[in-house]
Amino acid sequence: MIRLENVHKSFGNNHVLRGLTLEVPKGTSMVIIGGSGTGKSVALKCVLGLVTPDSGQILVDGKDATKGDRDAFLARFGMLFQGGALFDSMSVWQNVAFRLLRGSLKRPAAEAREIAIEKLRRVGLKPEVADLFPAELSGGMQKRVGLARAIAAEPEIIFFDEPTTGLDPIMSGVINELIREIVVEMGATAMTITHDMTSVRAIADNVAMLHDGVIKWTGPVAEMDHSGDPYLDQFIHGRAEGPIEAVR
Amino acid sequence: MTILLTPVARLGRAVLAAMGSVGRVALFFFSALGHIFRPPYYPRELLLAMLNIGWLSLPVVGLTAMFTGGALALQIYSGGARFNAESVVPQIVAIGMVRELGPVMAGLMIAARVTSSIAAEIATMKVTEQIDALVTLSTNPMKYLTVPRLLAGLITVPLLVGVGDVIGIAGGYFVATENLGFNAAAYLKNTMDFLESLDVISSLVKGCVFGGIATLMGCYYGMHSGRGAQGVGQATKSSVEAAAVLILAANFLITGAFFSV
Repeated sequence: MIRLENVHKSFGNNHVLRGLTLEVPKGTSMVIIGGSGTGKSVALKCVLGLVTPDSGQILVDGKDATKGDRDAFLARFGMLFQGGALFDSMSVWQNVAFRLLRGSLKRPAAEAREIAIEKLRRVGLKPEVADLFPAELSGGMQKRVGLARAIAAEPEIIFFDEPTTGLDPIMSGVINELIREIVVEMGATAMTITHDMTSVRAIADNVAMLHDGVIKWTGPVAEMDHSGDPYLDQFIHGRAEGPIEAVR
Repeated sequence: MTILLTPVARLGRAVLAAMGSVGRVALFFFSALGHIFRPPYYPRELLLAMLNIGWLSLPVVGLTAMFTGGALALQIYSGGARFNAESVVPQIVAIGMVRELGPVMAGLMIAARVTSSIAAEIATMKVTEQIDALVTLSTNPMKYLTVPRLLAGLITVPLLVGVGDVIGIAGGYFVATENLGFNAAAYLKNTMDFLESLDVISSLVKGCVFGGIATLMGCYYGMHSGRGAQGVGQATKSSVEAAAVLILAANFLITGAFFSV
């Protein structure tokens, strides 16, 4: 289980998180929604230790995420970045098998390549893609390679940062289905941040609405449409009028 | 009163900012040094960095040294002719190349070629979240990106400087023997007799320090790049400026340490 308790984070005078409290039960898929610049990515980065919170506590399975062995902690995570964040100096299979080629999970190159090709197949990419470089792939293929890399070491917790941004509706649907299948199949705990309401309905068990650095509403995805929360209603229906200012 | 104090306040802020930068670079350097001795190690990354920084810089360093050595021979010959000292060409080319021009030209070429490339590469990795991706893949960017490049600079640039010194002396030799009428055997003998081991040692020490400065500045500015294409451009420009100035300053200090009377 992941628990964020009263997390605050500011960048200069920009107070991004103002007391974020959120709980993600083990084996469930939580989707965080909210407007641009509301701190969704910062929240994920705080859990991973990429950004240090100013105050508050982040617990993963009851243990403080900022203490203890970082390598062992991060080995439990996989992350799909918004732009893929593939290493462009490496081939596709080396990207996917990055964790399997070095560090505590290191194994022989041939075995790591086999696993990488299997993971590529899992996300719908042919083995021929393995020897290409990221720059030779389309945006959708790069996302899928990023997804394959995120799941290569079979992590217990997977984060997805805007998994469908910049993709056409069909490719978005493919990625959403893949994420759902992978989460269910692996029994992983997932946290996704997105603006895409189709993704929310496809991926989420639970939804949290982040606005002004705090969670305005959280609950099961089935209750999202009749929550009665004016912020969530405005966001999911894409209305310009409402408590969320259109110009931020 | 405010009018008088404003420039002083500005100067104070500028000095504080400069000292802050020096402190941050020093901390970055000591952090990199600390990581050199602690596992995990990335030998493949080190070999790639050595290939890129050392071997692939050889053509540009070699050509620069050759033309510099040739020009130096011409200058000394024509300058020396004013007081009947044309015959000192071999000695001055040797001392000039080995003590000063060889390491400085190689250092500046490395700053232009390697520092810019490292800064642009790492800054782009930062902007495209590849550095964050490294962290989430349990890989410390300092160990994986900075340490191999820094080590490669410390190891390969002195070798490059050594090779550059030889090529520079050869450039002077060809110009002197082909154009200026020097005897080949006498030229070589004069060169070898005049050079001392301290000259060569100072040259290699300079190479080592310049290699460290060039790679460290590339890594530092890359890692601290701002956002977007402008951030990458700014990081690249700042890294080359800082590396070039620091190399020239370090050259002055090392020369003083070795040869001050």
